[in-house]
Amino acid sequence: MDRALLRDITLVGLAVGVIGLSYGAIAVASGFPLWFPVVLGLTVLAASSEFLFIGIVAAGGSPVAAVLAGLLVNARHLPFGLALPDVLGHGWRRLLGTHLMNDETVVFALAQEDPERKKAAYWACGLGILVCWPLGALTGGAIGTVIDDTDDLGLDAMFPAILLALIVPAFTDREKRRAGLAGAAVALAATPFLPAGLPVLLALTGLSLTAAREKDHP
Amino acid sequence: MNDPVALIAAMLVLAGGTFASRLAGPYLRSRITFPPRAEKLMEISTVVLLASLVATTALTEGHGPAGVARPVGVLAAGLLAWRKAPFLVVVLAAAAVTAVLRLLGIP
Repeated sequence: MDRALLRDITLVGLAVGVIGLSYGAIAVASGFPLWFPVVLGLTVLAASSEFLFIGIVAAGGSPVAAVLAGLLVNARHLPFGLALPDVLGHGWRRLLGTHLMNDETVVFALAQEDPERKKAAYWACGLGILVCWPLGALTGGAIGTVIDDTDDLGLDAMFPAILLALIVPAFTDREKRRAGLAGAAVALAATPFLPAGLPVLLALTGLSLTAAREKDHP
Repeated sequence: MNDPVALIAAMLVLAGGTFASRLAGPYLRSRITFPPRAEKLMEISTVVLLASLVATTALTEGHGPAGVARPVGVLAAGLLAWRKAPFLVVVLAAAAVTAVLRLLGIP
């Protein structure tokens, strides 16, 4: 793996770590024991579902509701896994590789040209997140809110920007661009009405555009 | 706060269910040979999911709009990415633009 790719992945790891700080701090401030956000982070390893889980329980919701909401948000891993190129490896490594599947690792793999680079980027990004996320949660939970509000630093804009930077090249493909834009519009329209996670899954109806086109030009 | 046993059980179910959703795709891929058109559609579906994640995380917060600063920051990042700026520049620009707008009192 070249230095430029490693540098990009390091930036993502750092950003994940800083968000982890606020995740850990929020969890502990909501009354969770320190180990809880750390172990939840290690075992689930999908940030948005963990924020949701902590938020629902902290607001007095039942653990069952928190689990269902988290699972709904994480259901997108199934279509991710269907499209993922062969990057997971074999044997026990495959189990770890499967656990590392998330938005960032998938988009880094997608953005690389050859299979070797896809695999290296997926694993480097995944292992970086596996370390930075729980470590951030532990630090944030232990020392409290280091940064008053990560929004002041614009960190909430970094995650969409990371994904956007890495999918822009795929948008040169006309089919991907059309389906992607249609899906984004569907997800946005559905967001006010549906629980978190569902709008993104509903976006897959954007695929019907390309499927319809296929019928027009057999 | 809830009963710790219930919370631990909830954590394990979420972790197990999430792992199952990660496992399902590669498992199906190793068992079934998909026709090339289906392969292409699955590849497109990744772009669709990621594009809709970008749209929803950039423009919405909960069930409502996300204000002005974050969408403008992500838009700046999008323009830079389109002009083939380096990844580091794109991502840091998103944060910087958003942070400066908020510093100026724009939500």
